[in-house]
Amino acid sequence: MAFNVPLWMSPGESGAARVQPGLDKRLQVVDSMYQPAGPVTEIKPSASARRLAVDVRDVSLTFDTGDGKVNALSNVQLQVAEGEFVSFIGPSGCGKTTLLRLIADLEQPTSGTLLVNGMTASEARLERAYGYVFQAPALYPWRTIEKNVMLPLEVMGFSDSQRRERAKRYLALVNLSGFERKYPWQLSGGMQQRASIARALSFDPALLLMDEPFGALDEIVRDHLNEQLLRLWDKTNKTVIFVTHSIPEAVFLSTKIVVMSPRPGRIIDIIDCNFPRDRTLEIRETPEFIKIAGRVRNGLRAGHSYDE
Amino acid sequence: MPTLWQRPAIKRKLPVLTVVLALVVIWYIAAVLMNISLVRDGFERSEAKYTIAELIVGTMTAERPLLAAPHQILATFADDVFDYPPNSPRSLIYHAWVTFSATFVGFIMGSIFGIALAVLIVQLRTLQKSLLPWIICSQMVPILALAPIFIVVLGAIGIHGLFPKALISAYLCFFPVTIGMVKGLNTPDPMQLDLMRTWSATPTQLFWKLRWPSAVPILFASLKVAITISLIGAIVAELPTGAQAGLGARLLAGSYYGQTIQLWAALLAASILAAGLIGLIGLAERAVARAMGARS
Repeated sequence: MAFNVPLWMSPGESGAARVQPGLDKRLQVVDSMYQPAGPVTEIKPSASARRLAVDVRDVSLTFDTGDGKVNALSNVQLQVAEGEFVSFIGPSGCGKTTLLRLIADLEQPTSGTLLVNGMTASEARLERAYGYVFQAPALYPWRTIEKNVMLPLEVMGFSDSQRRERAKRYLALVNLSGFERKYPWQLSGGMQQRASIARALSFDPALLLMDEPFGALDEIVRDHLNEQLLRLWDKTNKTVIFVTHSIPEAVFLSTKIVVMSPRPGRIIDIIDCNFPRDRTLEIRETPEFIKIAGRVRNGLRAGHSYDE
Repeated sequence: MPTLWQRPAIKRKLPVLTVVLALVVIWYIAAVLMNISLVRDGFERSEAKYTIAELIVGTMTAERPLLAAPHQILATFADDVFDYPPNSPRSLIYHAWVTFSATFVGFIMGSIFGIALAVLIVQLRTLQKSLLPWIICSQMVPILALAPIFIVVLGAIGIHGLFPKALISAYLCFFPVTIGMVKGLNTPDPMQLDLMRTWSATPTQLFWKLRWPSAVPILFASLKVAITISLIGAIVAELPTGAQAGLGARLLAGSYYGQTIQLWAALLAASILAAGLIGLIGLAERAVARAMGARS
């Protein structure tokens, strides 16, 4: 099925109620294709019964580089339900970051359809449907931590008092209270990355896209931040899509692990992973954990990820 | 109580002071060597007897030496600065002020024009290809050839005084600002740009919240270059028509009448003016950097 994306989403044709500005779109969007089977607040619905935060259908992306075409992604299918924590894992060059960037509308697919909250990726971006966290904190060095967190709110036209209130709230959420007036260079790498997470959360997007956010940090800090991220996900009920190349990190954090392989970038396995929401680092010693980690490793091996 | 040499202020200045001292010594030696034949000729013409000591003293007190000794320059400089009221045409302060006002107006015009041009080039990619070659060409025309044209043409249509000089200053100084700012406005890394895109920022927000603040450090570096060039532009603009006032006019008069000491004094005034102007921009730079959270 090769849908032309704009046609697919033209009003009236999609069958979806359009988002009404000013109302909570997570409750307003009712897409006839993905009617929820039960109340959204239900504790343990099966993934298929919940509305889809991200729906990737038959998406391919070819980059035109100087020396020929590169198949970055080939026929990717992926459904992410609301409230899930999905990890993309795979070696460098498998297209996991590219897939994330497609969802964020930072790249455009060559073919296929990609819906975010029932909208096209570019509509979702214009609706400010997601927060994005990059490999590096990418804080603006001339702004204090507080002003950095307030930046998206300024861009989106929040009032002055709301900006300050939200900066305070989200800095507290990532344990950075008291650092509001510091400049980025005065903070450690881990603290900077936490500030960048607070910035991504500040406008309360339902979807959080994270591209190897802890890749540059040492393992001790990374473990600590993994636990904090899990608490945060549990508290806020957000959908998280998380790119990593660490198997333990993927297994520990996720409800669903998407194993990817390079040349061409494709999904080779999707592994469900249902540890309790309030898990701690100790589960990494359990047989279930080791079993899932083994399956991820086998998937990576089957995709020839270890060949080079 | 630490001895004089151990005081931090002195310790920090010591390398600079050493170099200055060495230069002064070299200068005096050069003054003696360059002026000695002049002085010897003088003595021989008047058929007077002279000793080596008299000869050396003569090299440092000559009225029109080939190379003026530092104390002569300083004395003339002090005379010209302090001995006349600041509005007298004999006062160096008066001439420095005339040159400064042209420099300053030209610098402001040139900087604004340079920044505006850079913004246009960065915002409208197509302009980069069409404008940049012309901007570079504009700087290949020797200003010494161009200045008289400016002055004469503008004079012919009745514009005299400060404005033509400021225009030449502006013409020279917009260039480093444009080149610097095109680079500066393009410094944001892809991640910072992507972030703005994920928030659906408008082009105006992208400019004021990301591109402009990123360019500030390069802006100040460019402005420091621009202000010195601006001063050179103003001085050069004072030469062609034999302007009556300004450090350029003073230099011209000095060279007409072989007043080497006066030449050096005017040069000293020009360099003090340039140092002062760069110092001012440095102060502004530091204040802005502090406001923008730079490591102190």
